Amino acid sequence: MIGPMLSEAWRAMGANRMRTFLTMLGMIIGVGAVILMLAIGQGTQYLVNQSISSMGSNLFIIMSGSSTSGGLRMGMGATPTLTLTDSEALGELSGIAAIAPSAPGVAQIVYGPNNWSTSVMGTTPSFLTVRDWKLASGYPFNDSDVRSATRVALVGETVVKNLFNESENPIGKTIRIKQSPFIIVGVLAAKGQSLDGRDQDDTVLVPVTTAQRKLFGTQFQGTVRFIMAQATSAEAMPAVEKSINQLLRQRHHIQEKGDSDFQVRNLTAIAETAATATKVMSYMLGAIASISLLVGGIGIMNIMLVSVTERTREIGIRVAIGARRRDILMQFLLEAIMLSLIGCLIGVGLGIGGAGLVNQITGMTVVITINSIVVSFFVAAGVGVFFGWYPANKASKLEPIDALRYE
Amino acid sequence: MADDPVIRIEGLYKQYKTAAGPVHALNNVTLAISPGEFVAVMGPSGSGKSTFMNILGCLDLPTSGDYFLNGADVRLLDKDRQAKLRNDVIGFVFQGFNLLARASLLENVGLPLVYAGVKKGERDKRSMEMLESVGLGKYPASFPNKISGGQQQRVAIARALVNNPRLILADEPTGNLDTKTSREIMDIFTKLNREQGITIVLVTHEEDIANYAERHIRFKDGLLISDEKDAARSAGGRA
Repeated sequence: MIGPMLSEAWRAMGANRMRTFLTMLGMIIGVGAVILMLAIGQGTQYLVNQSISSMGSNLFIIMSGSSTSGGLRMGMGATPTLTLTDSEALGELSGIAAIAPSAPGVAQIVYGPNNWSTSVMGTTPSFLTVRDWKLASGYPFNDSDVRSATRVALVGETVVKNLFNESENPIGKTIRIKQSPFIIVGVLAAKGQSLDGRDQDDTVLVPVTTAQRKLFGTQFQGTVRFIMAQATSAEAMPAVEKSINQLLRQRHHIQEKGDSDFQVRNLTAIAETAATATKVMSYMLGAIASISLLVGGIGIMNIMLVSVTERTREIGIRVAIGARRRDILMQFLLEAIMLSLIGCLIGVGLGIGGAGLVNQITGMTVVITINSIVVSFFVAAGVGVFFGWYPANKASKLEPIDALRYE
Repeated sequence: MADDPVIRIEGLYKQYKTAAGPVHALNNVTLAISPGEFVAVMGPSGSGKSTFMNILGCLDLPTSGDYFLNGADVRLLDKDRQAKLRNDVIGFVFQGFNLLARASLLENVGLPLVYAGVKKGERDKRSMEMLESVGLGKYPASFPNKISGGQQQRVAIARALVNNPRLILADEPTGNLDTKTSREIMDIFTKLNREQGITIVLVTHEEDIANYAERHIRFKDGLLISDEKDAARSAGGRA
């Protein structure tokens, strides 16, 4: 039974090729748009998620009080207010998994005939934990390096590329940072771009004490620009934020109503906002594209209604020689489903091709998942059934004498 | 059982509601048609003969009265059972041939078998035999618009016969054909009736076509006004 019905549906579609194509075009554009939009949306989401995971999880950044209004702080507005001892005290708080005081600066680095200006970050070994940063080769410096302010460095991928030949192994080589010689003990694994588009691999890590004493000497011993702190879990973050504030205000002798001379930022919350925004964006893209799918479905319904009217006499003949209601229903439903599925197949191809083209032309990251293809396929079949049902049902309810008399 | 009437009608009425009031298309019609009869239904247009044929073919239901087709009370059957009854018992031949334009001759003939659930191999075999029996075995893959009206009507007859019906209902089957072709078509009907004992009910308004039949029923204004059997031909037919 299904065999003759399929070939009949195929023939009916072939009888008016232009009309069939135009009807399918609605589905083709609809499905193509959904696939393309989902690919772009998911590409953006993928990028954002990648930079979030490259940042490290459950992260606070405690900035020193450069923004504090003057006067109260004895005119020290732009001066670093956080110290290594602050950092050590924070490390004792419950709910904090790791803490990394950071004294960044920019310096010219020289190796042999090559030189490169990059950011040099004075920090502690736990920085790698906090940022969830692995080493590509070598070893990290350790706490005793920090205590004795040794001249060791971890270098990022970009720095390696700019200073060394491809064949050269940077481990154990000596580079000069601001004239001082440093031995490279490890190379950081590549992290790519951060959320705001900075190249995170364009950096050199040195012990914080070395940075303070030998690279960027400050007038106040032991100060750092910011401290990164990692909470033990996402749930602990609000409580940890509170206790950080409390502890630092106490340590800095700030009155109950006074402004803090530091600022605690929840980086993870910021990142999550970005992730949510892109997710919403990709849903919206999908939703807008789905509207064209809906319009395509209505097109199918319209043409099927025309087709039923045109073939009223044929329906009458079929009923007269023994077709049951469900035979007629199935015949027209199959035709609608076939229209939408073939349209969908072409649309999937077009969507994938379009996504590739967008990637080629704009360099945008596109991600096509099997899921989005499977889902749009089932949606298309659903559209065929949904919008094919009404015309098919109408056809199956025709009275045979009326249908046979139809001219 | 074999001599039970194929068609038994008792006190049949059919009314249509129109803007000008109810129209009595059939008025208290009672008759029976036995297996193997060749019946011509005659009457002017508007006499009720088309309504009568529609009811015989289970394409329409009477307003009141009983209709037994092949022993089954048609009024008690739902639409799908009526469809099955049409498929099993009746072969239709229409004035306008009513072939499916997009289907090949073989597929047209096999259509009743599709709805009877016959598999493709068996279907094509039986359809081919039928096409051959009406003299069109050479063109199974051809299409209706490529052949003449007479040939189309033969295909339609082949389609009517493919499911071995007991009854053929033919509504002005020669109405669109010339005299010579009409005669050929009527010869096929006569042969089917005599050699295979298939009951044939044929609507026509042409006397010479009606003369092929052995029994003549005339309608006027919804009433059955005459029912004559041609005894000699009837006897010959049964021999």
